[in-house]
Order: sequence, then structure tokens, then C-alpha cells
Amino acid sequence: MTSAGHNLSLADRAYHIRRHALKMGEVQGQGYIAQALGVADVLAVSYFHAMNYQPDNPEWEERDRFLLSIGHYAIALYAALIEAGIIPEEEYITYGGDDSRLPMSGMAAYTPGMEITGGSLGQGLPLAIGVSLALKRKQSQSFCYCLFSDGELDEGSVWEAAMSAGSYGLDNLIAIVDVNNMQADGPSKGILNFEPLVPKFEAFNWHTQRVDGNDIDALVKAFDAARHTTEKKPRIIICDTKMAKGVDFLEARERNHFLRVEADEWAKALDVLEAGRAK
Amino acid sequence: MKRNKYTRPVIDPNASRLKTSAMIASIAGSDQRTKPAPFGHALVEVAKHRPDIVGLTADLAKYTDLHVFRDAYPDRFYQMGMAEQLLMATAAGMAREGFTPFATTYAVFASRRAYDFICLAIAEEALNVKIVCALPGLTTGYGPSHQATEDIAIFRGLPNLTIIDPCDALEIEQAVPAMADHKGPVYMRLLRGNVPLILDEYGYQFELGKAKLLRDGPDVLIISSGFMTMRALEAATALEKDRVKAAVLHVPTIKPLDVATIRREAAKTGRMVIVAENHTIVGGLGEAVAADLLRNGITPNFRQIALPDEFLDAGALPTLHDRYGISTEAMTKRVKQWLSR
Repeated sequence: MTSAGHNLSLADRAYHIRRHALKMGEVQGQGYIAQALGVADVLAVSYFHAMNYQPDNPEWEERDRFLLSIGHYAIALYAALIEAGIIPEEEYITYGGDDSRLPMSGMAAYTPGMEITGGSLGQGLPLAIGVSLALKRKQSQSFCYCLFSDGELDEGSVWEAAMSAGSYGLDNLIAIVDVNNMQADGPSKGILNFEPLVPKFEAFNWHTQRVDGNDIDALVKAFDAARHTTEKKPRIIICDTKMAKGVDFLEARERNHFLRVEADEWAKALDVLEAGRAK
Repeated sequence: MKRNKYTRPVIDPNASRLKTSAMIASIAGSDQRTKPAPFGHALVEVAKHRPDIVGLTADLAKYTDLHVFRDAYPDRFYQMGMAEQLLMATAAGMAREGFTPFATTYAVFASRRAYDFICLAIAEEALNVKIVCALPGLTTGYGPSHQATEDIAIFRGLPNLTIIDPCDALEIEQAVPAMADHKGPVYMRLLRGNVPLILDEYGYQFELGKAKLLRDGPDVLIISSGFMTMRALEAATALEKDRVKAAVLHVPTIKPLDVATIRREAAKTGRMVIVAENHTIVGGLGEAVAADLLRNGITPNFRQIALPDEFLDAGALPTLHDRYGISTEAMTKRVKQWLSR
């Protein structure tokens, strides 16, 4: 875990992650802000409660791996990596720019702490199978976390991986699905109906939990259960999240997969976030 | 060929029949020396002192000769099921963690179905995954579902990927340790089962990225890869009867191409250059050689022996090799025609 700010609450961490994300969003004036705001609580619990890592040594062999399948969520993970002390905070200003270590879509070769190249959706979970099998070969105690999205459930390769994880009983794999019900062409459930998710993953022999992904206490319990269960099964935490969580006027936008935010709205968004925190 | 499934064939009950023996069809002639499962045995050898090597397959261990490795090292073998995308991504994940995975399937499935995973999860990060695929080009009579006639065209455009098209059992045995030693992703077109043994007669030694002149001759230069080198050597022998002296330059590494050797040999004046490959005429070794020569101002008389730009027929392999011009006889005939003009 990060050495700085031991006394910060997970809610503080989530607030900071949202703030870092908004500041990066402002650099480009647009982007996958709603996803970042929505998944911030999940990342706060991952990086400041569940995971084992060394901020100054991102490739520490004993770290828990965090595989970001959804490359466009990079802004969210950069925010978490900044908060974790893996990426210097001042680098946010380079987001999406030439020669930046923070490209719009996450890539392993660009960013410390970015384990894989995401973006071709449906690759993360299959990659996580390989990482989890390899960790087992090495008799490592590390977990492999993999964050993917509800939209990705359209990809057949996710289900190839789901079947193999259940078949291999990969108890060092913790999958996290961000169910924000929004993808490029609109609300996910109107694209392809992926529900019901819990019985689907249970049928694939997964230890399955479904929680409110914006409820930190519920997330903590779910991550604890996923880490500590002795069942010889892969674990999945299905997280229902709200797009743009914490900034009401962005939450209210209907099509918020890729948000365009006016120049004067960024300060307002930060204010709304700050006000919500004080409540 | 135009087919009409409603036209009944003429049935001659007395006709002799070639067996399709489709999937396990051997390219070896009946009187040819062969070795069984050279890839599997070579991998077992290398893995003895390389604990980082693991083997993965997508339900095709038996048909890619990986069963030899599976039986020798059951705990280092991973059955991924009939899921080629998963196969490639899993191999990538294991390579990320320091292992050297050999992942096997058929060339059609790797190139067509799993391309995105090979591209992004493996090649983009130059991960140490060795992709070994049976049934390259026209080595089965099952038709287009199993004939990977365009695999090289698909993979040649992929940065970081090394492509090997070995000729025989000896070369496969030598290529496996070379692949294991090479840092980075490799795609090898696999000949499996009883694989012809030829190159031992030439004192051959495989070197990654190197073309080898197997015989020299002033009249025609045949540049070839894969089992077409075997055919080229046979054609060269047949051409001797017509007092044609053919050189054969074997190019087992399609990418990176040994352009220095190819240019040197192709620039020798007075020789027609013929590139022979078990692949569509589009985007394979022939076009790679042609483009390089042209870019460098080397312009010999140039011909290609390759599969046509078509979906090929099903049937018995010898028939198909004749039909599409890659049997020794068909090849010899065409070379003679080209030289006599």
C-alpha cells in the first residue's frame, strides 16, 4: 500500500480519485469522465483496502496484479495510480497529450502500474487467466484482479475465459465487472441483454457477489469475502455503479459514454464534488 | 473451379481412389524417409533445461504433436479448450509473468479467429509467446475451413512477429530450440505427424533469420520456404534431365527476411528467379521477395509458384497439389515452360 496518507478514509481516497480524473478530463475537455466517476469507489477499495503493492516499485514480484481490460477507463486508473503514489500528481496535465505516459487508452508500455494493454475489449479476462495460472505455477500468494465492463460481456472471449477460470478453479483471480449500464451505442441492456449475471457466473463455477459499486462499506465486505473465501473457485464482484457518480449535472446527462464538458463546467463539477463530500 | 452442387458427378466404380485422409494427411511420399512428431520431441528436449517453457493448446494437442510434451510434462501442459482467443491471451498472460509458452492450434484458427489477441496481447508488447500451427497452406483436403492459405499474408503485417516456415523434420527439430532462445513472439507453420526428412542430406543447420543456398546452378534460382523447398529440390533434380541447372535458396524465416542473401543470389545475372511457396500468391514470400528486389533495383525475370487467389477445393492432397501447381511434377513442368519461352 501507499506510504502516504495512512489516515485517509476510503471515502477520501474515492473523492481524490474523482478529483484527479476531473482534472485530467479538463485537460482534454472531454472523455470517459462518467466511467471514472462511477468506478472511483471500486478503485478506492481496490487500491487502498484490498491490494498489496509498493508505489515506488510497480513491478514488485509479490504485488497483486490489476489488469484493466477497459482501456478507455485509463483516466480512472491513472487517477487511482496518482492517488496511490505510483504516478506523480503533476503529470495529470499531460493526459492524452503527445509523448505523455498517460494516453487516452491504457497501454502497458506507457504507464507504470498499467499491467496490460486494454482497449480491444474482451481481452482482459482471458489475459487474467494466463496471469493467474502463471502465479499459481510460481506458487505466488498474489491475487490477479481484472476490471472489465458490462458492455464487454457482449464479447465471446469473456465467456471463454469465464468457463476456463471456473474449470481451472482459479481461486487467485478476482474479477470485477463495472455494471454502469452504458456503452457506446446507449444503455447496455438495450444493446444485448446480459442479465441475469449472478446465476450466469454461478453456473460457470464462480464465487459470485453483486453489490452497489458506489457503496464503500458494501465493497469492502465484498472484497474481503472474495479474498478470504476458501472455495476453490474464481471470484467475481459484480458492481452496479452510477455513471458520473458524485457530479449531479453530469449524472443527469442521458448519453454519457463519452462526455463533452464545457470549459466553465469543470470548476462547477469540482465544486459539486466538494459539496457532496461535505455532506 | 466452378462448382454446382446439383450436378451429379460421373461415377466410375472401377476408378482408383486417393484417400482424402484429410486432417492427418501427410505430405510425405510413400517411399520417403520421415520422422514422427518432430516438434513434440524437440520441445520435450528443450524443456528439459528450460523450466520456463509451458505448452498450451486449444483441443489440438494430438493434431499438433504437442501430446508428446503433454505426456512428458503433464504439469506444464495447459488445455484451454476449443477457444483460440483464450489460448492466445492465456499464453500472453503467462509470458507476462516470465514463462515461455508454446501455444498450438491450426493455422486457420490462429490467423483468422485469434488475430486480434495475437496482435494486441502478444505482438504489441513483443511477448515471448511461440505460436505453433499445424495445417499451413494446402496441407489438408478439408477445404477452406482448414486450409490456411493466407496465414502468412495475415501475419506479415504484424510488427515484432517472427515467422518461420520450416521444410522438414530436421529443420523443425533445429527451429524449436532457436525459437525458445529468441526473445519475442514467433509464429511457426508446423508440419506434423510423419514429417519428411530431407535436409540432413545437405548438412543443413537452421539459423533464425537466415536463408540457405541448398544447391547452386546458373540457369534458374528457385527461392522457396516450407515443404516447397522439398519440392524445389525434387524439381531441380528432374530439371537436370533437361540440362537445366537450378539453384535452390531455402528461406525458412519469412520475417525478418534475409534480404542480403536473397538480393545477392537474385542479382546474379542470367537467372530467372522463381519463388515457390505453399501459400496464396497474395502477400506471401513471393511478394515479399519481389518488393524487396524492386525496391533495390534488382529486376530479374520473376515468376511465382503459389496457390491461386481462390478458396481451394476439398479432396485428396496429391490431387490438389497437382491441381494447384505445387506438386513436384506440376512445378517442374511450369519451370520448363517458363525457361523455354
